[in-house]
Amino acid sequence: MALRSLITTRTLTRGAKSVGFGLRGLQTFTLPDLEYDYGALEPAISGEIMQLHHQKHHQTYITNYNKALEQLDQAITKGDASTTVKLQGAIKFNGGGHVNHSIFWKNLTPANEGGGDPPHGSLGWAIDTHFGSFEALIQKMNAEGAAVQGSGWVWLGLEKEFKKLVVETTANQDPLVTKGASLVPLLGIDVWEHAYYLQYKNVRPDYLKNIWKVVNWKYAGEVYAKECP
Amino acid sequence: MECCSCNPFSARRHLLLTESKSSKLPHSRRRFQGSQRASKVVAYYGLKTPPYKLDALEPYMSRRTLEMHWGEHHRGYVEGLNKHLEKSDVLYGYTMDELVKATYNNGNPLPEFNNVAQVWNHDFFWESMQPGGGDMPELGVLKQIEKDFGSFTNFREKFIEAALTLFGSGWIWLVLKREERRLEVIKTSNAINPLVWDDIPIVSLDMWEHAYYLDYKNDKAKYVNVFMNHLVSWNVAMSRMARAEAFVNLGEPNIPVA
Repeated sequence: MALRSLITTRTLTRGAKSVGFGLRGLQTFTLPDLEYDYGALEPAISGEIMQLHHQKHHQTYITNYNKALEQLDQAITKGDASTTVKLQGAIKFNGGGHVNHSIFWKNLTPANEGGGDPPHGSLGWAIDTHFGSFEALIQKMNAEGAAVQGSGWVWLGLEKEFKKLVVETTANQDPLVTKGASLVPLLGIDVWEHAYYLQYKNVRPDYLKNIWKVVNWKYAGEVYAKECP
Repeated sequence: MECCSCNPFSARRHLLLTESKSSKLPHSRRRFQGSQRASKVVAYYGLKTPPYKLDALEPYMSRRTLEMHWGEHHRGYVEGLNKHLEKSDVLYGYTMDELVKATYNNGNPLPEFNNVAQVWNHDFFWESMQPGGGDMPELGVLKQIEKDFGSFTNFREKFIEAALTLFGSGWIWLVLKREERRLEVIKTSNAINPLVWDDIPIVSLDMWEHAYYLDYKNDKAKYVNVFMNHLVSWNVAMSRMARAEAFVNLGEPNIPVA
């Protein structure tokens, strides 16, 4: 099973850059690889969910984002203001979906590769300062994530201007910046039903409880350290 | 919130406080009045069962989906609603339809709205489907669809397109617009339904992922097509249209010449 998923990930286009170039230099996007196998996050997140989530959902966002970008490019060239504005919804939704999921894959890592290990260094200290304790942060994110009505995300973000950590939720595929222009996402958890339904059914709180076992705090710490040297 | 008590004086106090609360809401009727017995009035809703067995929609909507969707999600909304009602009697005395509008609060929804609306939405959705559904409507409904969409095919395309271009969770409706006096296809997000705009829904389709994920995973197109081809109940649509015509004048009746 591991071998099969290994082959699957390796046949996808490898590359640090997940972009391509169109005819007129319009930059389009391709599905970024995962750093781990689909089954590597079990039992917290099933391999079936990971594969569907990555190969179907994320891919669909990218496909539709590219389509919307092409249409936008044409509309801008033609000077078609109403089409340009009309496309903003599709751009925000599909582009947001691509941005959010790209971050999400990096926010996860197998348990035997450091998944779930609490943050150390400056991020760990900042969490204690702003939330009291690591456990308090987890509780807050679980509560807010469970309370999201419909589809959305729950984020641990850094408010760049005041170097403050915040927990925010966004609806649908709105990226974190829609809640504040100076917000940098450190960790996002997808609470769309497709992220957990096959495994946890409607019990979103169980999904939220378990996902912490595969959260990649090292990556979050790196992002934080870059913004707050 | 007053609690049940054997003290006749506090029962009276409950009465007085109730009256001052009711003066804030225009719709409050049927209030607990008159009786000096210290009994607690509570409003509870029950989970309405779909008009068919849970496996009746197979193979288009599996029994497992019905068991989860109705038994867990829908039931959860009913229980959530009852929990809200337990805490505050301000929302007593409404019918379900009125409750949806009242908790919507003209665009600034009260916390109860999500549960109220989702209970209503799911009741409506189960009834919008039937075993052996799909195919085409007949008579008045078909005529009205052809009038407002050009053809049934055009309506079907519009409905499917709406379902596939909805962002996030929500519902697709065939609705009779009261003001415009015509049928339209609309999308709503999360729990919102056409009642809040005073329009009359005819059929609905649940596009929350939990409605189709177990059966179709991410293949929304297949789910929507299956709904149109095999599930949607045009019989129910006809009876809803008939009722709607009591409120919306859709044109001159055909008076036969004697």
